[in-house]
Amino acid sequence: MSFVATHFPALIVIIPLLMSVVVALLPSAGFAWLLTLAAVTASFAAALFNMDQIAAGAVSYHLGGWPPPWGIEFIADGASMLVATVVTGLSFASTLYAKALIENEIPEDVIPRFYAAWLLAIGGLLGLVMTGDAFNLFVFLEISALAAVTLVAMGGNQDRRALIAAYNYLVIGAIGATFYVIGVGFSYAVTGTLNMADLAIRLPQAEAETAVFVAFAFMIGGILVKAAVFPVHIWLPAAYGYAPSAVSTLLAAVATKAAIYVLARVLFTVFAGYDATSELVLTWVVMPLSIAAIFVGTILAIRENDLKVLLAQSSIAQIGYITLGFSLATGSGIAAGFIHIANHALIKGGLFMAVGALALAVSGRVTIKSIKGLGRAMPITSTALLICGLSLIGLPLTAGFISKVYLVMALVSSSLWLVTGLVLISSALSVVYLWRIVEAMWMQPRPSGGKIAENPAVYLPLWLIALANIYFGLDARAVVDASFAASVSLGVGGS
Amino acid sequence: MTLDMLLMKWNYLIVVILMMIGLYIVMSRQNLVKKLVGLSIFQTSLFLLYISIGKVSEGTAPIIIHDGGHHTAYSNPLPHVLILTAIVVGVATTALGLALVLRIKDAFGSIEEDEILAMKTADRNEEKSS
Repeated sequence: MSFVATHFPALIVIIPLLMSVVVALLPSAGFAWLLTLAAVTASFAAALFNMDQIAAGAVSYHLGGWPPPWGIEFIADGASMLVATVVTGLSFASTLYAKALIENEIPEDVIPRFYAAWLLAIGGLLGLVMTGDAFNLFVFLEISALAAVTLVAMGGNQDRRALIAAYNYLVIGAIGATFYVIGVGFSYAVTGTLNMADLAIRLPQAEAETAVFVAFAFMIGGILVKAAVFPVHIWLPAAYGYAPSAVSTLLAAVATKAAIYVLARVLFTVFAGYDATSELVLTWVVMPLSIAAIFVGTILAIRENDLKVLLAQSSIAQIGYITLGFSLATGSGIAAGFIHIANHALIKGGLFMAVGALALAVSGRVTIKSIKGLGRAMPITSTALLICGLSLIGLPLTAGFISKVYLVMALVSSSLWLVTGLVLISSALSVVYLWRIVEAMWMQPRPSGGKIAENPAVYLPLWLIALANIYFGLDARAVVDASFAASVSLGVGGS
Repeated sequence: MTLDMLLMKWNYLIVVILMMIGLYIVMSRQNLVKKLVGLSIFQTSLFLLYISIGKVSEGTAPIIIHDGGHHTAYSNPLPHVLILTAIVVGVATTALGLALVLRIKDAFGSIEEDEILAMKTADRNEEKSS
C-alpha cells in the first residue's frame, strides 16, 4: 500500500490519460462509459487520499525518479490538491451524468472515442494542476485543449454552429498557449531552468531584467486567454453554448478553473521575486479586467435568450469574481478566489446539467421561449435548477453565498469600498437573468402537453450537485480551510 | 541598439518577422485554411526562437567522442528536445484544425468566415421566428 501511496500524485493524472487509450479501443458504448467512470472515480479517490496526506506538508513527486530541477516534478500542496480535488470530483459527477445525454446526442459508434477524448481532457487538466514544470505545463495545456476542442466539435451533430465554435476555440487557444511558451522560452534563456520553484529563485537573480518582464507579459497574457478572462474570453460563450450538454457541464465546471489556478501559480510562485511588478499588473490590469468581465458577462447574460449561451456568458462574470479575488494579492483575497473556484464549479456544473436535462424534453435549442411552463412539467429537474441558480446569485444557505461573503470580506479588508459596491450591484444584476428563467418556467403556461417523464440517470447526478451546493453553503469549513491553506502554499497566506 | 547589433542577431529578427506575419494572417484572413497556415507560421517562429536560444557559439552537437575530442563547446540540447515536443503539438493542432475545416465545409458549404457568419446569423434568426 505504501508503495502505491507514494505514487498518488502521479496516479491522479496517469489513470485518466492511460485509460483514454483503452477506452478508445473498446467496441461497446456502455462498456466505454463504465471504464471511463471507473477511471475518473479512481482518480477522484487518489486526489481525496492525497488531500489527506498533504496535511503533513507539501509533497514533491519526481517523475521517473529524476530530482528537480532536472526532472519533471509534480507538486501536491494545498493549492494544487484543492483544485485537483474539485476537477476530479466534478469530472466524476459529469461522467455519471453524461451517459444518458451522450447516447442521445452522439452516434453510437463514435461514443468510445468520445469518452477517450473526455478522459484526455480530464487527464490534461489534472496534469496542468499537478505539474511543477513550466514547459510540462504547456504540454498538458495543449493535451486538454485539443481534447476539449474535439469534444466541443461533437456538438456539430446537433447544431452546426458547434463546429465554428470549436474552430475558434482551437485557433485562439493555440495562440494563447504559444504566447505562454514564448514567455517560458525567455525565462529559460535568462535562468536556464524550467522548474517553477527553481525559476522563482533564479528569476530575481537574472541580470537581463527586460527579458524577465517580456517573459512575464507573454506567460500571463497566454494564460489569460486560456482562463477566458475578459476581453480574451470571446471563444468561451460559443464553445460552451453549442457543445453537447455533457461537454458543456464538464468544461464549464472544470476547464477554466484549471487555467485560473495556473494564473495564480505563475503570478504568485514563479514570479514571487517580482512582487512589485506582479502587484502593479494585478492592480492595474487584472482588477479592472475582472470588474469589466463581471459587468459585461452579466449584462450579456441578461440579454441572451439561449439558455446554454446565457450560462456561458454568466461564466465570464463568475471568472471575473475569481480573478478579482486573486488581484487583491492578499491571503484572504486569494483564498476567496479559491473558494469561488470550488463553489462556482458546483454552481455552473449543476446549472449546465439542469439545462441539459431540459434539452431532452425540448426540440431544438433550450431558450427562454421553449422552457415555458416546464417548471410544473419537470418538477425534479426544475427544482434542482432553482437551487443552483440561487447559489449562483449567492443566497444565504447556498455555496454561492459563502463565495460572496469571503470575497466581500477580502475586499473590505483591503479597503476597496468602490469595488465592494460594484460586486454587490453585479450580484443584484445576476438576479435579473435568473428571474427571466424562473419566470418562464413557473409563471408562464405551457403551450401543450402534460407532465414529462424524467430520467433518474439524468436527475440523480444533478441532485447530487444541487445538494452539494446546499451542503457547502451550510458547512463551508472544509472548502474555506482548504482555500486558506491554498493561499498559504502559494506563499501569500497568513498576511 | 545599432543596426550592426540587430544584424548580428539576425535569427531573432527573423523570429519576430515570422511571428508578426503569422499573427497577421490569423487575424486578417477570412479563409479558414489560410488562418491555419498563419497559425503554423506563428508556431514555427517559436521553434526558431528556442533553437536560437540553445545555440552556443562555436558549439557542436552534444556528442562525446572518445578520441581526445577537439570540441569543447556544445550547443544546449534541451531547447531542441523541448521543440520536438512543441512540433508534435503544432502538428496535432494543425491536423485537428484541418479536420474541423472539412466538417465545416460539409455543414456550411463554405470555408470563408464572412459567409459562415452570415449563415450563423440566419440560423439564429430562424430560431427566434420559430
